[in-house]
Amino acid sequence: MANFSYTIYILLVPLLIFAIVGIWGGKWKPIISGLIGTFGIAFILVLSYYAAYQYFFVVNHVGHYKQIVAMNFLWLPFNKILNVHMGILLDPISAMMLIVVPTISLMSHWYSLGYMKGERGFARYYAFLSLFTFSMLGLVLSTDILQMFIFYELVGVSSYLLIGFYYQRPSAVAAAKKAFIVTRFADFGFLVGILVLVYYTHSFDFMQITDPHSPVFRTILGKAFLGYSVLAWALSLIFVGAAGKSAMFPFHIWLPDAMEGPTPVSALIHAATMVVAGVFTVARIFPIYVHYTPNVLLMIGYVGGFTSLFAALIAMTQFDIKRVLAYSTLSQIGYMMVGLGVSRYGGEEGLGYTAAMFHLFTHAMFKALLFLGAGSIIHAVHSNFMQKMGALRKYMPITHITFLVAALAISGIPPFAGFFSKDKILEAAFMHNRLLFWVEYITAGLTAFYIFRLYFKVFWWTDEPQCDCKPHESPSTMTIPLIILAILSSTVGFIPFNKFVTPDLKAFPVETDWGLVSASVAIGLLGLGFAWFLYRKENDLPDKIVNALGKLYQWTYDKFYIDEIYLFITKKILFNLVARPIAWFDRHIVDGFMVGVAIVTGKTAEKIKGFQSGHLQQYAFVFIASVLIIALTVLYFIGA
Amino acid sequence: MNILNFFIIVPLITVFLILFSKSLKTTRIIAAVGMTIQLLLALWLMYYYLVHYGLKQLHKMIFVSDTVWFPTLNIHYAIGVDGISTAMILLTAIVIFAGVFVSWTMENLHREFFISLIVLATGVFGFFISYDLFTMLLFYELAVIPMYLLIGIWGSGPKEKHAMKLTLMLMAGSALIIAGLLGIYFSTPIVNGHHTFNMLEISKYTLPIKAQRLFFPLTFVGFGVLGALFPFHTWSPDGHASAPTAVSMLHAGVLMKLGTYGVFRVAIYLMPEAAHEMAWIFIILTSISVVYGAFGAIMQKDLKYINAYSSVSHVGMITFGLLMMNATAIDGAILQMISHGIMTALFFALIGMIYGRTHTRNVYEMGGLLRVIPFLGTMYMIAGFASLGLPGFSGFVAELNIFTGAFLHADLFHRVATILVISSIVVTAVYILRFVGIMLMGPIKHEEHLKLKDATWYEKLSTITLVVSMLAIGLYPVWIINTIMGSLKPIMLKILGG
Repeated sequence: MANFSYTIYILLVPLLIFAIVGIWGGKWKPIISGLIGTFGIAFILVLSYYAAYQYFFVVNHVGHYKQIVAMNFLWLPFNKILNVHMGILLDPISAMMLIVVPTISLMSHWYSLGYMKGERGFARYYAFLSLFTFSMLGLVLSTDILQMFIFYELVGVSSYLLIGFYYQRPSAVAAAKKAFIVTRFADFGFLVGILVLVYYTHSFDFMQITDPHSPVFRTILGKAFLGYSVLAWALSLIFVGAAGKSAMFPFHIWLPDAMEGPTPVSALIHAATMVVAGVFTVARIFPIYVHYTPNVLLMIGYVGGFTSLFAALIAMTQFDIKRVLAYSTLSQIGYMMVGLGVSRYGGEEGLGYTAAMFHLFTHAMFKALLFLGAGSIIHAVHSNFMQKMGALRKYMPITHITFLVAALAISGIPPFAGFFSKDKILEAAFMHNRLLFWVEYITAGLTAFYIFRLYFKVFWWTDEPQCDCKPHESPSTMTIPLIILAILSSTVGFIPFNKFVTPDLKAFPVETDWGLVSASVAIGLLGLGFAWFLYRKENDLPDKIVNALGKLYQWTYDKFYIDEIYLFITKKILFNLVARPIAWFDRHIVDGFMVGVAIVTGKTAEKIKGFQSGHLQQYAFVFIASVLIIALTVLYFIGA
Repeated sequence: MNILNFFIIVPLITVFLILFSKSLKTTRIIAAVGMTIQLLLALWLMYYYLVHYGLKQLHKMIFVSDTVWFPTLNIHYAIGVDGISTAMILLTAIVIFAGVFVSWTMENLHREFFISLIVLATGVFGFFISYDLFTMLLFYELAVIPMYLLIGIWGSGPKEKHAMKLTLMLMAGSALIIAGLLGIYFSTPIVNGHHTFNMLEISKYTLPIKAQRLFFPLTFVGFGVLGALFPFHTWSPDGHASAPTAVSMLHAGVLMKLGTYGVFRVAIYLMPEAAHEMAWIFIILTSISVVYGAFGAIMQKDLKYINAYSSVSHVGMITFGLLMMNATAIDGAILQMISHGIMTALFFALIGMIYGRTHTRNVYEMGGLLRVIPFLGTMYMIAGFASLGLPGFSGFVAELNIFTGAFLHADLFHRVATILVISSIVVTAVYILRFVGIMLMGPIKHEEHLKLKDATWYEKLSTITLVVSMLAIGLYPVWIINTIMGSLKPIMLKILGG
């Protein structure tokens, strides 16, 4: 058995970089912090690739995997039975994430050397990136569900810090706050879910709580609360946490606003890694979902399906290119959730799970590429809005080609990566849930449409860009990561995921359903063609369609007013009807009462102080009178 | 001589030396040296306890000594510490150390100020080392009295009124405590012609249940007033708002913990039967405290009021944890005492430093401060993150223990209360990020704020001390958890045995 103890450095190095750059970075030349961060991540990348290679090919036979605890130590003892451990768990999905996270992180680090050049707070930026990388890796390598919760919080805070990187811009501050609070609310559900689950399993350890053969689950299934089994409650609450991080409806509102952060951050955190934490969590506990609470799993599928359609619709109407991509991310994560939702366990039945993980993998590559491409565009035209763009293919050839690759990948056109994974999700859905299949099938068409609407509006549409700027290709620090990601986006689709990542850790054979493949390519091409027809050259047809749709378009453009609903709940109800009355009540009623007691005491003292007059005659009089009264009373009672 | 006596002697010598000081410079140096020695003593004590007992989860009262002090009432000067009091002593030493450096430029009546401050700390140290109930009460009063002077003389705003309110409410609490303690005293069996105040002795008996029913609520509420138990918390916002920085730090950081420590060591520990019976009443009150304090904080404008309400919420969580009556939750509650003590001291220290620069505590008059005073701004954010329970800081560990412990009760009442209390983590995030956003981020609101100077060395020293302490617990909590766990063993036997 190979020794995996070196994997601890995968976590320690970024933490150390965060501490060093965070404390001293401000005193150095900015570029030094950038280089420390980038080379640090490169080092981690090598280590994690090596670990993943060892895991998949050396330690295990391909197709027969087992979970390996690379290291583990006691972090927090609760009592004799319950303990929180910190450690590193290697299994196919965490080994896969060991490839995804460092790859995208390195690309973002590298790209930022050019993109963030000359920004105030360059060192701070790199410190936070390292903090994020540390937290994300800690999350995916968790051996223990509370460790996962801890790193949930830590990725949440690094996301907060990075969204709010331009902290003098009020919109960035608001977006950062919103992201943190929405995910905190979801984490509240997550924590309660964990506590309920652990109350019965008596263990936080993933090895134990994800073992479907453990007898403990049968007993929990028997216990019901409000008509549902306690286990279903716990797992639903855990999914609430996952939905918060993965921005599933109705927690999706934070993700589009999170685009206030620097673009490489959006690529790393809000497209490729952190937002799939929820998918990863569901995948991590998948054996329990699928064996004991298939209804909850189905609900996860429906939430994912709804979010993917809903977000794709909104993405078609937005003009801010980063927002289009943000909604696209929501939609694609919805796909992954659908994949998990329609999956079963064992052999080919686990196709949905494999496909979801596969899509997570390919999506990370092409969505990061789309975001970094968008960053390159924004860098050139200094605007996020596609009305300011157009014809950029003439000025930014590398950005153009790489962006096209990514657009084709997300649209599901072979041989680009997205095709393979999306097709497998559709196949799994087709096998197990036709409703979800049709939802996802339509969404695939919408996806191709909105992404090529974006592509054509940015790179074609007019003859000259519509901005007062001289667009130019970005420097090589930015274009090289784009090229690398483009190569990955066109090749990773050929990885036979069914050999590596499956719910029961055993490989299964897949057969290609050519009918389904043709149908999914056809709908992709249809969306693409439609976008080509509408947006290749400047014309007023899109506006006419918009006018024809009227209110329908307006609602979609205004994101179905979900944000307004949230604002109403927080500002009007929680602030004005709860917090303000409480503050008033405290000052006037509670404190008023206490002050009232003091005043009454004072007044009483005022009234009775006459007794202590100092006049001896008065004292003597009162004394004798009292004695007489008491004596008479006593005598009276004795006599009676 | 018993080494614990030094915790009283060192501050008294410091006070004595300050009497002869001629200038602020000498005063503060004497105070700093004295409190540094105190901190080193506390660190050594912690280290000693850790190595011998704490890490092995053992229980021992160490450095026990007992001197008869007032024979007619059988009052003893009985001192000794276990893991829990060692930790509380370390907390006190850290906060007073930071407090001295925060008051580095206290020009006005400097001698009197530092004397009162250190006398206050002496009272707290005495409280934590003694195990004779009457001596404890004596030290407790010693800590409360200087508070009145400190706020009334060196405070701000309507300081006399607020000082009066604070002192009167705490005195009312003391009255209940005295009644409760005497009640306990006279309920103990007579040995050698005397009842006893000795906590260790009392804990060997089961007090008659009738007496418990009477005196448990008295002591609980009496100490609860100091622990800002709803609805007896209203001294806290006003008192903190008027108090000078170091006093707010000590008061919220340490003195409020005297209340919760008393609730734990006197009310629950000595009268567990009544505690089991009546816990539900106080669980309701503390659950209200937690959520109510958090919501109350949202609408405040004054930084100190925000923090005072936040303290009501966080300290409510301590009492809530204690009332869960199992080792995990009580462990969390004790850790929360330490954690909140350090965190809130950091908050008040920073508020004082920011106020010293901007001359306002109204958050809405500040903005973008992170840019002009990055060190203080970052520290404030760290304090905020610690307050909202971010992993890596001590608060998270404490809260996690409380929540897990509370979840060991499976009945609906406990579940609902617990979930209500857990929900406060969201509300806390709301107000913390709201005020961090308004005050530290965004554009700068006033031109003159552009000229602000960042932290001086003594400000850095005091804030960094506090941050490091939070990290020491938050990053690797096993050492302190084991220490507390070990010392909890006999206590849990008593609490659960009855």
